[in-house]
Amino acid sequence: MRDITMKHTDAVIIGFGWTGAIMAKELTEAGLKVVALERGPNRDTYPEGAYPSSIDELTHNSRSELFQRLAKTTLSIRYTANDEAVPYRQLAAFLPGTGVGGAGLHWSGCHWRITPEELRLRSRYEERYGKNFIPEDITIQDWGVTYEELEPHFTFAEKVFGTSGQAYKVNGEIVGAGNPFDADRSTPFPLPPMKNTYSATLFGKAAAEVGYHPFDIPSANASQAYTNPYGCQMGPCTFCGFCSGYACYNYSKASPNVNILPALRQVPHFELRAECDVVQILTDSTGKKATGVLYVDAAGNRVTQPADLVILGTFAYNNAYMLLLSKIGTPYDPSTGEGVIGKNFAYQNENSIATFFDDKTYTNPFIGAGGNGVAVDDFNSDHFDHGPLGFVGGAPFWVNQAGTKAIGGGPLPDGTPEWGSGWKKAVKENFTHVVSMNAHGTNMSNRANFLDLDPTYKDYLGRPLLRLTFDWHDNDYKMAAFTVDKMKKIAEAMNPKAMKVSVKKPGQHFDMTHYQTTHMGGGVIMGDNPKTSAVNRYLQSWDVSNLFVVGSSAFPQGLGYNPTGTVAALTYWSAKAIRETYLKNPGPLVQA
Amino acid sequence: MPISPPGSSRRAFLLKTVAMIPAMTLAGTALAGLAQAADGGPSGYAPSFFTADEFAFVTAFVDRLIPADEEGPGAVELDVPNFIDLQMNTTYGHGGLWYMHPPFRQAPATFGNQLGLPPREIYRQGIAAAETAIQAKYGKRFTDMTAGERDTVITAMQKKALAMAPVPASMLFGQFLTNTKEGYFSDPIHGGNRGMAAWKMIGYPGARADFTDWVDRYGAKYPFGPVSITDLGA
Ligand SMILES: Cc1cc2nc3c(=O)[nH]c(=O)nc-3n(C[C@H](O)[C@H](O)[C@H](O)COP(=O)(O)OP(=O)(O)OC[C@H]3O[C@@H](n4cnc5c(N)ncnc54)[C@H](O)[C@@H]3O)c2cc1C
Ligand code: SF4
Repeated sequence: MRDITMKHTDAVIIGFGWTGAIMAKELTEAGLKVVALERGPNRDTYPEGAYPSSIDELTHNSRSELFQRLAKTTLSIRYTANDEAVPYRQLAAFLPGTGVGGAGLHWSGCHWRITPEELRLRSRYEERYGKNFIPEDITIQDWGVTYEELEPHFTFAEKVFGTSGQAYKVNGEIVGAGNPFDADRSTPFPLPPMKNTYSATLFGKAAAEVGYHPFDIPSANASQAYTNPYGCQMGPCTFCGFCSGYACYNYSKASPNVNILPALRQVPHFELRAECDVVQILTDSTGKKATGVLYVDAAGNRVTQPADLVILGTFAYNNAYMLLLSKIGTPYDPSTGEGVIGKNFAYQNENSIATFFDDKTYTNPFIGAGGNGVAVDDFNSDHFDHGPLGFVGGAPFWVNQAGTKAIGGGPLPDGTPEWGSGWKKAVKENFTHVVSMNAHGTNMSNRANFLDLDPTYKDYLGRPLLRLTFDWHDNDYKMAAFTVDKMKKIAEAMNPKAMKVSVKKPGQHFDMTHYQTTHMGGGVIMGDNPKTSAVNRYLQSWDVSNLFVVGSSAFPQGLGYNPTGTVAALTYWSAKAIRETYLKNPGPLVQA
Repeated sequence: MPISPPGSSRRAFLLKTVAMIPAMTLAGTALAGLAQAADGGPSGYAPSFFTADEFAFVTAFVDRLIPADEEGPGAVELDVPNFIDLQMNTTYGHGGLWYMHPPFRQAPATFGNQLGLPPREIYRQGIAAAETAIQAKYGKRFTDMTAGERDTVITAMQKKALAMAPVPASMLFGQFLTNTKEGYFSDPIHGGNRGMAAWKMIGYPGARADFTDWVDRYGAKYPFGPVSITDLGA
């Protein structure tokens, strides 16, 4: 165990998931010498995704083969600032990634563009519903960037990911039966939509019957063979059903490993170092300039990597964690609402309905792909009148049949025992005859939900754990009840023999023991004012101008959709600002 | 399509065995070992982690969580006890997947297991505590009980109505339930789900993982039986 100082590099990237890989490609294209540091091991389609060993639910899902190893590091959680936190000891509610590719190696592939209204959420609500509409505890903000500004980057990200989908409107013209609520696009999707499962078609048909507007979920699972702008190749998805939580055996699911890394490997001025856990962003004596990073390598050496430019892309809340550890920016104080690092943590408010069919109707839920399905957007974003409803946000509804496996099992009708003959009979009767649908709701940032450092618990390097203070609040319960009620109309129109509705009830606490989603955001939010945001509209730190913080950490509040399409577009947007403006004249891109 | 569960005769023998053999004899004998010998299969599985007494407890417990019946095979005949024993020697069994640093504070169930014991110790200390608590409350050993009596005990544990320390009854129950379902439904490469019988029962195709031709055959039953990783030569 030694102290080592590496040779200077132009840019160092912390974390090699989607954001790190995109930045590595962009910055090396700009001619910079780039070193990427990833805390987890090297990973790729082979061996992690190799068939048949990757088709193993026990190893991958139950034993978390690809997910972050909590034994080394985790976060602690409590419901309110008055509670003592306890660690998230066993993976369940969310499944953060580690290793080359990050969660991008084992995500699902629902690939969305945030709606234009959500990018200016506070202004939109105030304009439409009045200044007093937004509940007082809801700390939502505008993002400081518009859909029009991001559009080219959404388009390019879809090309890189090889996204399958049906456009609705391209350059102002209606081109097909896509999502009628979609904003204008500059191009169609690079690949046509995937085939749909029976479950998804049943849902779509019923949704149309009740007057909603079903469309195919844009999916980063390839509907056909494809070569992306980087020359990386994908094969057609086989609906294998081992998608979410698994590395794709088939080069069909977009990942940093399949869609970017093969191109980066050809670049001599790029270096990727796995098993390098960054412990601190180093700054000079003014605290205003980053000088590089300090990391611990696999042998336990403490290594300094000097760099001119630092990119932080360690996933959602981890970005706030690194800034808190590095003492960059002012930590958020929930009692005054001041400070920004750790502010506006937001999650996803997911609720669901399962519909059960007779023994002649085979829905075969084991057939599926992570990003595949049919959705309706009628109750997402601000696509409906919130005026009389008294809550902020909404939910897209969908059947996104990603592949049910035997251990995880499908939903079972209400009243089914947890074990014994009755349980077994119910599993046997329902496993291939069920359709599950989700209301994938927003979680609005709340004054009481935030991130800071835990005073008690430490990780394997002796670092204090990140502490999450989080619970559901009034707005969440109201949004859940309303959207599930609207989704129930679809479920009823499907004429199932039974239905099971799972919706958060007022007062129900956040449950760490059940999977919700791994869509967390906030903590290092973007905006137009350093008093209320941690990074500017280009994701540049207000405090340290040669530091850019990329990822869903920048989201001022949660979205209805899954985050990665927006994360990727924002990363390209930030990269463009670095390439075209920052590098010519390093310094703040926006004056505080 | 009715499926006759493989090994149902083994299970019938096992239950008779439980009923016939006095506790003293049973204490030194693994139930699954008896069951397998009766089937003419490989001679008794020798547990590598559990003691013979513990293994008998495990067997008697999982036999009720997933009993053999007219619907399909039970956990015992699909080697679930063996699966659980094998899991105890993995990183998981040793608690190596979990964050295990103190302090271990009490927290509501929504915060997960905060006790600080790895699965091995949940079983080791839990079974010992359960034996004591069951003896005290019911005046009998668990392995001497009829199926109905064992169901009563398991229900009490599930409902936190059996006082036990340091492992609470509901935690031992939860650990059993999770691992039993895993052993029943995981790929046979892990030692349970013998003959993929659980997959056959529910119509799950296992490691086939290619449905290009089936995704749009709407409403039809998937016609092929399961394959396992072992079948595929991995
Ligand atoms: C099961 C699952 C399904 C999902 N499905 C979808 C979906 O369908 N659609 C969607 O939009 N999103 C989905 N997501 C979310 C998606 O995976 C993330 O939004 C995306 O991966 C974020 O990219 P990122 O680069 O910010 O983070 P990641 O991909 O997580 O990469 C961050 C990397 O940083 C590394 N790192 C962290 N700390 C350090 C450190 N100190 N030093 C060095 N390296 C570090 C991590 O190990 C990791 O590899 C899913 C996630 C999961 C887990
Ligand atoms: S469902 Fe398709 S994209 Fe997903 S892992 Fe399987 S083959 Fe790959």
